[in-house]
Amino acid sequence: MSAAPEHAPTMAQATLPERIGPYMPVLLVPLLALAGFIAIMNPASWLTLTVSGLAMGMMIFIMASGLTLVFGLMDVINFGHGAFVSVGAFVGISVLMLLGHMTEAPSLILNLSAVLLAVIGAMLATGAMGWAFEKVIVAPVYGHHLKQILVTMGGLIVVEQLIIVLWGPEEIYFNRPEALKGAITFAGAAIEKYRLVAVAVGLAVFAAMRWVLRQTKIGLIVRAGVENGEMVQALGYRLKLVFVGVFIAGSALAGLGGVMWALYQEVITAHMGNHAMILIFIVVIIGGLGSVEGCFIGALLVGLMQNYIAFIEPKAALISNIALMVTILMWRPMGMIPVVKAK
Amino acid sequence: MIRTVLSGDTPRSLPLALILGGILLCLALAPFLFPGVRTVDTAARICIFIVLVASYDLLLGYGGIVSFAHTMFFGIGAYGVALTSVHMGRGFDAIAIGALAGAGLAATLALLIGLFSLRVRAIFFAMITLAVASAVAVLVSQLSGLTGGEDGLTFKTPRELGPAFKFGKETFDGKLLGVKLNGKLLAYYFVFIGATLLFLALLRVVNSPFGRVLQAIRENDFRAESIGYRVVYYRVAATCLSAAIAALAGSLYAVWLRYVGPDTVLSMELMIDILLMVVIGGMGTLYGAMIGATLFVLAQNYLQNLMGAASHLLEGLPLLPELLSADRWLLWLGVLFILSVYFFPTGVVGRLREKA
Repeated sequence: MSAAPEHAPTMAQATLPERIGPYMPVLLVPLLALAGFIAIMNPASWLTLTVSGLAMGMMIFIMASGLTLVFGLMDVINFGHGAFVSVGAFVGISVLMLLGHMTEAPSLILNLSAVLLAVIGAMLATGAMGWAFEKVIVAPVYGHHLKQILVTMGGLIVVEQLIIVLWGPEEIYFNRPEALKGAITFAGAAIEKYRLVAVAVGLAVFAAMRWVLRQTKIGLIVRAGVENGEMVQALGYRLKLVFVGVFIAGSALAGLGGVMWALYQEVITAHMGNHAMILIFIVVIIGGLGSVEGCFIGALLVGLMQNYIAFIEPKAALISNIALMVTILMWRPMGMIPVVKAK
Repeated sequence: MIRTVLSGDTPRSLPLALILGGILLCLALAPFLFPGVRTVDTAARICIFIVLVASYDLLLGYGGIVSFAHTMFFGIGAYGVALTSVHMGRGFDAIAIGALAGAGLAATLALLIGLFSLRVRAIFFAMITLAVASAVAVLVSQLSGLTGGEDGLTFKTPRELGPAFKFGKETFDGKLLGVKLNGKLLAYYFVFIGATLLFLALLRVVNSPFGRVLQAIRENDFRAESIGYRVVYYRVAATCLSAAIAALAGSLYAVWLRYVGPDTVLSMELMIDILLMVVIGGMGTLYGAMIGATLFVLAQNYLQNLMGAASHLLEGLPLLPELLSADRWLLWLGVLFILSVYFFPTGVVGRLREKA
């Protein structure tokens, strides 16, 4: 009997880049913050900029998350998503102005409940509008990208014009509620209160979305639908219904984002949604169409990048986002966290 | 003869042929048929927009690619002529160099954007062009040292294209059919001939084997790739070509206006106008561009007055006057746009051809 052949399996450890690879998108955010720190060389301004960058990123994420989910689930690209942002902002701010006595009162609870009412009003309005938009504008053009882009763009034009009819063509300036005005000083850096609120809300929305998507039955169906819609339908789920639900939720989130964006800028115009769309698209492309996590990371990257660059070289701020997008697409042509189904 | 000039792509419908002939005739004789500063200006605008919209149709209707950067290319051409005219002094050499440089730059930029986005997925292109175009528009208004910022640039075109230049004094007594023979007339025909040549060139392109492949890709890109055509190559080439022609149209616009500014050549509103013109006229046929641009520019100039009048009539009623006010005409065009994408995706031209 001969001896067993020499057998010496080698357990080569994966190289460092191989192990880091999957986490690279997540690591990009702290890396960018670090790069910003080195470039700015001033802890106080760095902290201010980082917080405002994160706040901006969170708001963009809230606005963009609906768009990316809708694309992932139904392969529908909605160029009219910006309309929900505008409508959300106008409805929300109108509610806030109606509640003037509550926003001007120096009481935190009254202020916050006014904002909450405004947010609820805006989300109801945009959610209902999302439902109508899906029924009237998007439903007839499923599976046809070219027509989707054209028709939703047309929808955006009509909604923008209707806003002008209802609220007038002028920009509307307003003041934030008392409790959200001013800044707190932390480690020598002035941080606006509202930005902290925006970061908190953004994190809460992200956590809630992740929870719904990962832990609930609905989330399971949505994720499975993104992966392979036909299979989910074959198993007896009415994906169309789920899709309408996601569309409404995404529109309502865009409305929430609109209110927050409006409170951040303290001015609203009918075209604000259209302007926000530019950042939203960059974020969605960077993140990988259809991926909520990618969208979150992308939004934070864009927010931080924009704030750092605006501090270092103001004129380059807008180009910096394009440059970021180009770099990331060179690295991962489908976006940071590509979703399987997306074609 | 006509068949050769039109590259074998005849209107194929009597009403369509009559309408197109009418448009051509009106544009060719505009300064004599409708003398007046405003009407001639409208005619020149129509000529330029026909080319611009036709070049967009090469992309959208033939290639099936949606771009939101078409005004950017248009603007590059316009700014090219403006910058050379400002820095080199008035002259045809400045116009030629500016136009060529603008077209070259536009094509290069289109190549870069196209390589970036089209190799992955065609719908990336729509989003990326939107982002890039808005960034460029902001950049142009910020770099006021070079581009004049929000105010734009005013410049001089060659003396021969200005109203101060008079000719034909001896033979015609300075007048022909009651129209003064001056540089403005020459400028109009400069624009008209330039636009005609560009339009015929585009017609040649879409009726060439290249255009045929583009249409095949639009219908089924997977199949086109399987047959052996490099889809990316064709799409990028179409993008570059359409960008270059848009830039040349921009140069014509700059020569006509003798002014460029972000609002006139780069704005998002202009991009939406182009989209409306293509869809209303009819995607996938260049004659659609002719009809769409003519209808739209006429509507822009004259329908607004009509709507204003209607709004006055309804004064006192709730909401209706605001809905009908002249500033809200984009609302109705938006509705028309959505309806035409649903019900007449082939536009006016497609309808007329169906009947034939």
